This record gives sequence, C-alpha cells and structure tokens, in this order.
Amino acid sequence: MTDRNRRGTAVDQQQADLRHDEVQAGTQTGLDEPDVDVTDARQNSLWSDAWGELKRNPLFWIGSLLALGFVVMALFPSLFARGADPRDCSLANSQGKPSAEHWFGFDQQGCDYLANVVYGARNSLIIGLLAVAVVLVMGILVGAVAGFFGGGVDSLLSRITDIFYALPLVLGALVVLRSGTLGRGVVAVAIALAAFGWMTAMRLVRSQVIAVKSSDYVAAARAMGASNGRILVRHILPNAVAPVLVYTTITIGVLIAAEATLTYLGVGLQRPAISWGLQIDAGQNLLRVSPHLVLFPSLALTLTVMAFVMLGDALRDALDPRQRA
Amino acid sequence: MGRYVARRLLLTIPVLIGASFLIFALVYALPGDPIRALGGDRPLSPAVQAELREEFNLNDPFVIQYVKYLGDLVQGDFGTDFRGREVLDTIEQRLPVTVRLTVVAIAIEAVIGIIAGVLAGIRRNGFLDNLVLVSSTIIVSIPILVLAFVAQFVFGLQFGWFPIAGIGDGWYSYLLPGMVLAAGSLAYVARLTRTSVAENLRGDYVRTARAKGLPKRTVIVRHTLRNSLIPVVTFIGADIGTLMGGAIVTESVFNLPGLGRAVYDAIRAQEGAVVVGIVTLFVFFFIFFNLVVDVLYAVLDPRIRYD
Amino acid sequence: MTRPDLSEPAPAPDPTGTPVLEVDDLHVEFRTRGGVVNAVNGVSYSLAEGETLAILGESGSGKSVSAQAIMGILDSPPARITGGGIFFQGRDLLTMPEDEQRKVRGPGISMIFQDALSSLNPVYSVGFQIGEMFRAHRGTSRKEAKQHAIELMDRVRIPGARARVNDYPHQFSGGMRQRVMIAMAIALDPRVLIADEPTTALDVTVQAQVMDLLKDLQRDTGMGLILITHDLGVVNEVADNVAVMYAGRIVERGTVDDVFNNPAHPYTDGLMSSVPQVEHKGGRLLPIIGQPPNLAAIPPGCPFHPRCARRRLEADALPGRVCDTDVPPLRLVVPGREAACHYSEEVLGA
Repeated sequence: MTDRNRRGTAVDQQQADLRHDEVQAGTQTGLDEPDVDVTDARQNSLWSDAWGELKRNPLFWIGSLLALGFVVMALFPSLFARGADPRDCSLANSQGKPSAEHWFGFDQQGCDYLANVVYGARNSLIIGLLAVAVVLVMGILVGAVAGFFGGGVDSLLSRITDIFYALPLVLGALVVLRSGTLGRGVVAVAIALAAFGWMTAMRLVRSQVIAVKSSDYVAAARAMGASNGRILVRHILPNAVAPVLVYTTITIGVLIAAEATLTYLGVGLQRPAISWGLQIDAGQNLLRVSPHLVLFPSLALTLTVMAFVMLGDALRDALDPRQRA
Repeated sequence: MGRYVARRLLLTIPVLIGASFLIFALVYALPGDPIRALGGDRPLSPAVQAELREEFNLNDPFVIQYVKYLGDLVQGDFGTDFRGREVLDTIEQRLPVTVRLTVVAIAIEAVIGIIAGVLAGIRRNGFLDNLVLVSSTIIVSIPILVLAFVAQFVFGLQFGWFPIAGIGDGWYSYLLPGMVLAAGSLAYVARLTRTSVAENLRGDYVRTARAKGLPKRTVIVRHTLRNSLIPVVTFIGADIGTLMGGAIVTESVFNLPGLGRAVYDAIRAQEGAVVVGIVTLFVFFFIFFNLVVDVLYAVLDPRIRYD
Repeated sequence: MTRPDLSEPAPAPDPTGTPVLEVDDLHVEFRTRGGVVNAVNGVSYSLAEGETLAILGESGSGKSVSAQAIMGILDSPPARITGGGIFFQGRDLLTMPEDEQRKVRGPGISMIFQDALSSLNPVYSVGFQIGEMFRAHRGTSRKEAKQHAIELMDRVRIPGARARVNDYPHQFSGGMRQRVMIAMAIALDPRVLIADEPTTALDVTVQAQVMDLLKDLQRDTGMGLILITHDLGVVNEVADNVAVMYAGRIVERGTVDDVFNNPAHPYTDGLMSSVPQVEHKGGRLLPIIGQPPNLAAIPPGCPFHPRCARRRLEADALPGRVCDTDVPPLRLVVPGREAACHYSEEVLGA
C-alpha cells in the first residue's frame, strides 16, 4: 500500500470511530473526519487559514449563535423565562396549550413550560461539558501513554480500549447508573457517559502521537537532547489540538443527546431536577392530547445538539487542509 | 487470507472475554439484593432465598462467579434468570425482532443513502447536492429519541400511515422504527458516498476511462461507482453490528420486543444473567461484523492484502 | 534525466502524407473562483501519419490541456473550449455529437498518461482494462477480449503475459505499468497516439526502454505520435518536429534539428542553455530567470517579455514591435521555421 492509502485507512478508522460513538449515543453526528496529518510547520498558517475559512462558513455562524444562546440561557435562565418560575405551578393550568401569554403552554402539573424548557438548558450543558472534559482527560492520558511508549503498554491499553469500544455507550452508562454506585446526579451521569465514551479520543490522540513521534523534527529534537516530557508537551500535543478540537465540539453534542436518552430511559436525572429528558419522558404518554409537551423540549435538545454539530462540522471543514481546494 | 482471519478471530477472544467481564463486573457490583426483591409483597422464605443464592453462585467470590459463568457460556449455557427461565430462550425469542429491525434499517440506509449520495456526488454543487448536505446536517443533529417521537407523532398519529407500537403488522411494523434507526446512518452514508464519488470522479483512472472512449454509463458505473462504494459498503457492514446493539431507544419508544428492549427491562429488574448474556451477544455481533468488514475490504479492493 | 546530445542529428522528418490531426486556433479557459485562467490561447498544429511531434514546455504552458482538449476529456466545468477546431481525418471533433466523438477515442486517437499507477483503475485486472477497449468498441466477448489483451501485453513486451493478465496494476513495476497503458492505448490501432509525459515518472533506464517501445510501435503501425514532455533529451532522440509552448501559445515550431541547433525564440534559447550539454563541459548553466507566467493574468504584449533578456521596450523597439505592448504573432522566420518573437532574426543570428 502506498503512504496515502495507509493514511486513508487510519483516517477512515477515526471516522468510523466517531460515527460509532454517535450511533451509540443515539445521535448521529460528525460526518467525515478530522485530519490526522497536521505537521508543525503548517500550524501557523493552519490556524489563520482556518479562521479565514470559518468566517465564510454560515454553519459556523449559525452554530456559534445557537451555542452562545444556550450557554447564556444556562447561565441566566430568568432572562428567557418571561418572568415565569418553573416551580410555580397550578394544577388548574394542567396541560394548558401554548398561548400568547404562555408561549410553550403548561405541563401536566400546570407549570409554565417555557420556564421549564429554559431551565433545562443548564443541566444539559453542564453534563455535556463535564462529560467531555472527563473524556478528554482520559482520552489524552491513555492515548498519549499508549502512543508514546508503544510496545506492550500500547498493546495492553489498546486492547482495553477495544473492550470498552465494543460496549454500546448508552448500554454501559445505563448499567452503571442503574447500579446506583455513583448516585443519580449531574456528576454521576457525566461520569457514566465519559466512562463509556472516551475511546475515540484515546484512538485519536494515540494515532496523532504515533504519527508525530516518527516524524523528522521529533527525531531532531531528540537528537538535541530534549526529554520525553518536553517532546510530548512541546511537539506532540500541539499537533493533536486541531483534530481533538473538532472531536470535542461534536462530542459535546453527542453527550448532551446521550444524557437526554439516559434520563428518558429512567436512569439519568430524577425529579425534581429539571431536564429535557425528563420532560420528554413525562410528555410521551400525553403525545396524543398534548404534543407540545414532547415538542418543545425535543426542539431545545435538537437545537443544542445541532449547535455543536454545526460548529464541529465547520471547524473540521476549516481545519482539514485536504478539503481545501 | 485464511491465516489473517484466523489470527483476527483469535484476537477477538480476549476482547470478547474482557467485555463480558466488564459488564459482568458492573452488573454484579450492583448494590441491592435482587433475590429479596424477587418476592415483592410476599417475601420468599430464607430457605428459598439461600437456595437461589447457591444456585446463582451469589455466595462465591466475584471472580469465581465470573469464571463459572464463562465456563457455562463456552458450553452454550447462558444461564437462567431468577424466575428459572433460560436466558437462551429469551434470546431466541427476542433476536428475530432485533434482526428484522436491523435488516429494515440497513436496507433503508443502503438504498436511500447510496442513491442520494451518488446523485449528489455526480453533480457536485447542484441542487440535489446542496439538499443532501443540508438535510444530512439536520438529520444527524436530531437525537434518535426526538426523531422517534417526531416520527411516531407525525407518521403514526397524525397521518396514520404506520402503526406506532408493537409488531402486530409483520414487516410493516418495522418500517417506521427502521427509518428512525437508520436515519443517522443514512445521512452518513449519503455524505460518505457523495465525497467518495466526487473524489473518484476526479481520479486519474476515470480520466483514462473517458480517454478510452467508454460510454458515459460505463465510466460512471464501472470506473467510478465500483471504486467509490468500497468505503460505503464496508461502513454499512460494520453498521450492522452497531445498530444491533444500538436499538435500545428505538425498541423502547416503538415498544418492539427485541433484544434492546429485553436488556433494558433486565437492567431495570437487575436480572444480571440476562443483561450479561445479551450484552455479550451484542459485543459478539459488533466484533463479528467488524471482522467481516475487514475481510470484505480485501475482497473489494485488490490492493489490500493481509498476508 | 537523459542528457541531450545536440551534436547527434535527429532522425529525418518523415511526414508520409496528409495531416491526420489538425488543431486550429484552439482556446481553452478555466473558470475558477479566482477568475478566468487562460490555459490555451490560440494553438495550431498538425500531425501527419507516422510523424512524431514533440510538444515542449514547462508545467502550466498548456501542453497537457491542449492534449486533453483533443481527447475530449477536459473536466468541464471548470474547463471550457472557447474557440478553434480540432480536426481528425478532416472532421471537426468539437462540433461532432458527443457519442461520435467518443467513438474516435480509442480507435482513432488514444492517449497515455504520466502516472500509470493512478491512471489505471486499481480494482480491475490489467487484462480486463485492456480488453475493455475491444468490448466497448467492438462488442467483443469477455473471453476473446482477454485473449486480445494477452496478445497486446506480448506486443508491448511484458514478460509472461499469459500468467500476468489477471494481475492488478499495483502488482506491476512502474515500467511494466506504463507498458500496460501503452497496450491499452494501441489496442484498437489508433491513427494518433498522444503520450503525455510518458516517461517522467520512470527510472532512467526504463525511460529509454519505454521510448524505444513507442518508436517501434509507431514504425509498425504508422500512427502519428504527439509526445508531450519537458525532457529535451527525449525530444532530441525521438521527435521529428517540435513545438515549444509558453503561456498557452506556441512560441516556436520547426524540425528538432533546426530548433535545437539554432533556436529562433529567446525562450527556446533559454531552455537550451539551461540544460547541461556534453560539448560544453565546464560551461555555466544559465537558468531562465523569473517565474512562469500567471495564466490568470498573462502579461500584455509578448507573454515572455518579463523574463526575456532580449526584450526591447519603448525606447529601443521598432514601431509595432514593442515587446510589452505588441503581441508577436507566430510567423515564418526562415523556411521551415516559425517563431513568435519580434526579433527572431537576431536570436537566430546570435
């Protein structure tokens, strides 16, 4: 096989990995793949070119605006709730239809639904960001160690990764959360998701490290007496930034969707927490009479996921030099 | 090739064992006492409880429990649930539902995804190309949970085209859940096909095919699609394994009595043997189809040899 | 690189009759996001049966694009043929219905490319790809086509043809792959073969073998050969006539002997001086200064003037022959020699 083919295969593998995560999480995102081959010499022009590309990409602007909107919503929900308190409920309003006064209507307990959906953003985003942070820490740590040391260490860590990889994400998280060892809070859900979602990050970092480790400039640095740690921090990790950034952005969306799925399946957040997954779960039995109870949290969830997917897509288009004509 | 397959098969064994051990460990680390919960309102007598504990090796150290389980598994014995029902029976009963759902989903994903992708790739930047790009971005952003409800509400309840739950209508009942399950992969297949076709169309050998004076149809079908579909076909192959283990939500929302639904119920009921058995089966399918894909790759692309 | 040995006379031109291929004032442009790129700007030449015409030029001079225009395999968009005609045996390919034009490719004109590895389809056996010519153009059965393929592989001197007919392109060496390309191209006995840098990607020893093969095949079949190259040595060895291209135009044309021994265009002169020559051992190599022209913004006047040591601007130019404003037409300078320079006579005399 030629070099190009070999690289193509590695890239295909990553692409398949990312795709795998998404199906497992019950979302399907991250088309195409982050590029592996970002060498040091190209870093600077890479980032300035990327910004030039990004500026012209409507996906980037739509994604950024949506993501920013939901972040502000998570930080200051009262700004969006039109004065309603999500916990101020009156059964008289039960399942009230959307109106000019109450845009999203009322849920079964007669709580203002707009306020509930708005306040749901916070848990979704916290879990998404927290989980992705754990994923990154695990992925970078395990991936860098495996790639850098190679040999038996690599074999062992790679097999362990394979084992986790073969387990469906939602299923694994489901079992862990059902066991109750972690509890059922925001942190528990994030950790459960990360525990079964770090493998793609590991493979990404590992392949980056291996690619860069064998490059000429690392050989040169080594020849000049640079230590392992210095090589890792100065030369290898910066190269992994671009693909990891793309991966991270999309994965936030994937994990937010997975959280809603777990909560819907009854092992994620629990009342009285406010969460889109809980709202969808509660609404599903009333789908016939009050479809808005499923519609609005679904819409919020979808838009949030879409924001990160679009951002990730735009970043990849910008950071993948192969796609640039 | 034969040797490669044999080596790969050997390599899958530790992964299979590792995955089943992992799930076993998670399941049996569950706090709470399933035996005591079994009787519900009328608790079982201590004697019966002790008997059950003995039968399910619950008194053994954890690792011993696993080794015993594995020993049985190798002989094709998946064990029994707490009600004495063979796990294998459950699997045999539920598997056909999951298989049918997967078959429908894969068929939808392959047919629509490839057609859309080819049309988009041949006329890049055309109307269809942009349609495929925009719609696939939207589809991949919709969590399957949401997609399932939207489909159920719109096509099941509003239009009444499809049954919204159960498998009472034979293959027809699988159509809507199949579409939901397939949606994400479909969008991905369309994009993958599009990229691959567009890339191959620019290939030197396509130029050669045109220079040979081959009819346009031959240039596209024989010299572009044949090459372009290699990554697509292999993706779809691997997706079979992924979808089989990824149908929990779809089967739950559409109330299909498949393996996904079964494992979900078992997790809730803390039926360890069922959970471990089915998840191990999922892992097996996943690994198996990935292996098939590797072999398929070599069959489709003569450049790849594993010896 | 083979070193051109300019002292040795080139084979005598052997035009054996009426032109089989005529290119008349061909214009090709590419419409890109960055603007219109004028790749070919009024190229004319003709090729007789049995003639070998070398088209010489650096990359971006339009030599490959004009060849692809002849084959009808330009990617359009972005490429567009905006003017001119391409006549094969008297019929204009550009006005022909697409399906008829297609039937010329293969039996009439065929082409081989620089990179045989990427130009052959990796997923079909070489026998299949060669045989495809017979199946597509003559409706030959698959079995018979394979038989023809074996014969052709023999003819292009691939050892063990029968055993290798089912092998895939990647299983061949570079030289053998190029032979497969050649076998495919000559399968239907074309009257014109266009060879686009056929030996550039090959080792020097293999280069000579492949060129020998092409010459032998030409002698046997009497086909016209257009050899696109930037390798002066190859041109010197095999071509009868040469056309030198610069910025999408032909700047000089004549027999190889004449052009090589006494260039009439400063660009050709520069090309000759930039190549090591046996009889000038120890002499300095003179590279052509400056960059090849940007085809999206070709300089006004003579496209070569920014790099030309002999250019004459306003002050010392003859009227109507100012290098940076007046475009020099391709004109007969001495019998048998055309050049597109206002001051060719001086270049010749130098």
